[in-house]
Amino acid sequence: MSQTTMVRPAGGTASDKIDPAAVLAASRPNLRRRLTNQITLGVVILAVVMTAVPLVSVIWASVERGSARLDVALFTNSMRGVVGQGGGLLHALMGTLLVTGATALIAIPLGLSAAIYLTEYGGTSKLAGLTRRAVDIMVSIPSIVAGLAAYALFSLLFGPGTRSGLAGAAALAMIMIPVVVRSSEEVLRLVPADLREAGLALGAPRWRVIRRIVLPTALPGLTSGAVLGVARIIGETAPLLLVAGFTDAMNYNLAEGRMATLPVFIYTQWSSKGLDTAAYDQRAWAGALVLMAVVVVLQLGARALPTQIAKIRRNR
Amino acid sequence: MKLTTGSKTAALIAAAALTLSALTGCAQNEEPADPGTDNTSSQTETSLSGELNGAGASSQSAAQEAWRGGFASAEPGVTVNYDPVGSGSGREQFAAGGLGFVGSDAPFKPEEAQGGQGSCAAGSPLVEIPVYISPIVVAFNLDGVEALNLAPTTIADIFTGKITNWNDPVIAADNAGTQLPDVKISPVHRSDQSGTTGNFTDYLAATAPSAWTFGETEEWPLDGGEGAEKTQGMVEALTAGQGSIGYVDAGQARALSWASIKVGAAWVAPSAEGAAKAVAESQLESGRGPGDVVYELNRTTTADGAYPLILVSYLAACEKYEDANLSGMVSAYFKYVTSEEGQQAAAANAGSAPLTSEVGLAAKVSAAVERIGS
Amino acid sequence: MGPTSASAVGTPRAPLSERVFAGSMRGAAGGVALILAGVLTFLAVRGGPAMFAQEGELPAHATNFLQLAGPAAFGSLWVAVIALVVASLPAIGVALAATIYAPSPKFGRFLAAVLDLLAAVPSVVFGLWGLMILAPLMVPIYGWLHRNLGWLPFFSGEPSVTGRTVLTAGLVVGVMILPIMAAMCRESFALTPPALMEAAVALGATRWEMVRYAVLPTARSGIVAGGMLALGRALGETMAVAMVLSWTPYLVSVNLVSSGNPVTIAAFIASTFPESTGSQVGALIGLGLVLFGISLLVSIAGRRIARQGVTR
Repeated sequence: MSQTTMVRPAGGTASDKIDPAAVLAASRPNLRRRLTNQITLGVVILAVVMTAVPLVSVIWASVERGSARLDVALFTNSMRGVVGQGGGLLHALMGTLLVTGATALIAIPLGLSAAIYLTEYGGTSKLAGLTRRAVDIMVSIPSIVAGLAAYALFSLLFGPGTRSGLAGAAALAMIMIPVVVRSSEEVLRLVPADLREAGLALGAPRWRVIRRIVLPTALPGLTSGAVLGVARIIGETAPLLLVAGFTDAMNYNLAEGRMATLPVFIYTQWSSKGLDTAAYDQRAWAGALVLMAVVVVLQLGARALPTQIAKIRRNR
Repeated sequence: MKLTTGSKTAALIAAAALTLSALTGCAQNEEPADPGTDNTSSQTETSLSGELNGAGASSQSAAQEAWRGGFASAEPGVTVNYDPVGSGSGREQFAAGGLGFVGSDAPFKPEEAQGGQGSCAAGSPLVEIPVYISPIVVAFNLDGVEALNLAPTTIADIFTGKITNWNDPVIAADNAGTQLPDVKISPVHRSDQSGTTGNFTDYLAATAPSAWTFGETEEWPLDGGEGAEKTQGMVEALTAGQGSIGYVDAGQARALSWASIKVGAAWVAPSAEGAAKAVAESQLESGRGPGDVVYELNRTTTADGAYPLILVSYLAACEKYEDANLSGMVSAYFKYVTSEEGQQAAAANAGSAPLTSEVGLAAKVSAAVERIGS
Repeated sequence: MGPTSASAVGTPRAPLSERVFAGSMRGAAGGVALILAGVLTFLAVRGGPAMFAQEGELPAHATNFLQLAGPAAFGSLWVAVIALVVASLPAIGVALAATIYAPSPKFGRFLAAVLDLLAAVPSVVFGLWGLMILAPLMVPIYGWLHRNLGWLPFFSGEPSVTGRTVLTAGLVVGVMILPIMAAMCRESFALTPPALMEAAVALGATRWEMVRYAVLPTARSGIVAGGMLALGRALGETMAVAMVLSWTPYLVSVNLVSSGNPVTIAAFIASTFPESTGSQVGALIGLGLVLFGISLLVSIAGRRIARQGVTR
């Protein structure tokens, strides 16, 4: 094959792999090479299509089956007292925002602080090594296991079968903390050491250097990391089903009582229906559309934020 | 590029503002009713207020939805929650003291019902009443066949894999005049633990003991076959699968074909009246307290029109609570649930059988409800 | 590096504010480690005894814990591997399309947005989609596979009439992990030294040859690490599998087209949890520990491979 004549056996550094003489000799690709090139192009296009088809199908299904309920009532009503048709998902949307907010309030300060310790203080200390290893392990906690752990903790503290928004937030925080630590650590490492040293050389204490120089420099990256962490957990269903429970009424209290969330709302609308099944299906798919929209807004935000922050800075 | 990010941010801000404005207020349907209308209504009793938490069987959830909806207009001050976590989790939470009432597909054991439940005042026995009676239909999906007669042994043989084709002579013998196609039978069972499976297997164990040797079990006891998650998973499987057969709560099986089962010598199609009748034909379980209305379902009844393949789901509460307000709320809620109005509401939303259609049954149940807080 | 060498500047008598700040940062780092220790302790205390539980204390009529955990562990790995096989080629292809093959940077960004959107679909929605849309579509395909390739163990046995097989579950999970793997591949393709690619093109290599000999070799460890990350995520996927898969406990089978399928640990927990009490919940938590162990091994393997790539 022409390809084998072109290249030496693999090994050594990557730049060694291309033999200039061989490539020159074959500078006009023969039919076989051109054909291979075309076929692989086809495969790449096929891959794009294979990715797009399920996405289009999911969105199409949600729009087709859920758009009938994308009305104002969906966003201004809960399900309390609703029988069959009507009702809305305000309680679930509120619950998702509260639980996700509480998760972010636990995970972002804790994760960011740990990342600051790892990059700015810990270095090679024993504790830093321990924390890094813990983060590596936490990354691979399956979400349902996080739910079980939160269940075990809260049933120990408040009796078996306790359900609350806070328990849901605790489960989700276990998933989000390692994401925040990793992304923050990566971003903080990118802050040039010169900046820190300049600050320290002026006699500023370390914490002021971090607060005034390191964090502001890293801010765009830190925010987008945090937002992506939130996007990662906002669609989680299984742990919330286990520990946050389900209600059809508004609940603003994270610490007490069951709290509905959008993924659980979608699941229960699908799984427990009345006779008028269409009404429940429509609410489920409309809920899916709303949840996807929330995540997309978050992701767009994560993308736009760094440039926006930079722009605001420049203008100042 | 600058423009696009700018407009993106603008869109973001707009979306955030919209969401916030929607969230600042309470849900529209939860805003307290106009006090003026309250006075005009015929509320002469001391009106109750507070939150009443229940949880348990998911089979009741559509009925609970109807009851809560109706109760909300009768007692606007009370918020009733029902979390369909499953009977087992519900009973465990009730025992631990976290609930006002519990819904369960299986009754408490007699010794559990005598006292010691964490949610009750010390020494208080339980009040248990059947509130949700629903026929379980043997539903199937077979092109060209809309109704079938299936005897209990035939059903058992189908689900154990002894009968594998729809044109089997055993099925044909009971369905003279029906053109049975040469299609493989795909039996579908619930893969999650469920009261529906428990009642279905209990029925088979009682009516076809030689063909069904696995007894009553809430977890499907056989390997193989098609498993489906929750009632809706079963419905989806039966809707999609040509030649499939399964067992579903009647309210959720409206779009499927139903089989009639053999009761005595007659073929009986599933119906709400037949289900209520089968309960009325059953005896109360012995060794239980006066408030503990638990039926030993008579699956082998031969009464005319009775349909004994049913699911009976119970509500359980305490006779006495520490908290008088809680006691009042439970009592009022249970009264509503067992009233003609409540039972009809459940029938309309969940397709269940109103227990009020059987006079003797209704009398026993309301006597038990009267014990709450008395 | 920079920050660590600079820490030597820290004077022996740091001001109080500095000590408070440094202390709280150290506390947070220790806190993260403590949280993990807490999680492991809770799981072990609640789930540990289940590993020695007797018949009657376990869900699904199991006689011992291993009888439950073994087949379910197989099922988890089986679904995850199918998902990985399904997702690998499209993930690499899309990542190539978004970087090397992209006609313009705008197209690359567009593809990245498409992948983000796909990652934004929550698993419960994929569950609905798999159950209602994908599974019925697969029925004729499974029938065809069984008729024509039935002599292979993968396609023997009665084909499912509902399409809710382990292959359908694998396809759904594959779609779900595709964006994760594609993102990792995209990152490592973008790291290919431009000089290397330019050299290949200058020497007359076709685009594929450039990819084959310049891009893929440098990105290999990134691709493998991405695959391992995706595999870990697939192992933990719960709701979509629970809703789509028709499963039977204790079953170990490689059949892809029939309705008798093994269960995954995560789906088993989600299905069984609601009706479980006492020691049964303990058994489910024990199963959760087993799943955690498996995904930990996968992630360790992934990290080892990624590190090899860096040192080389």
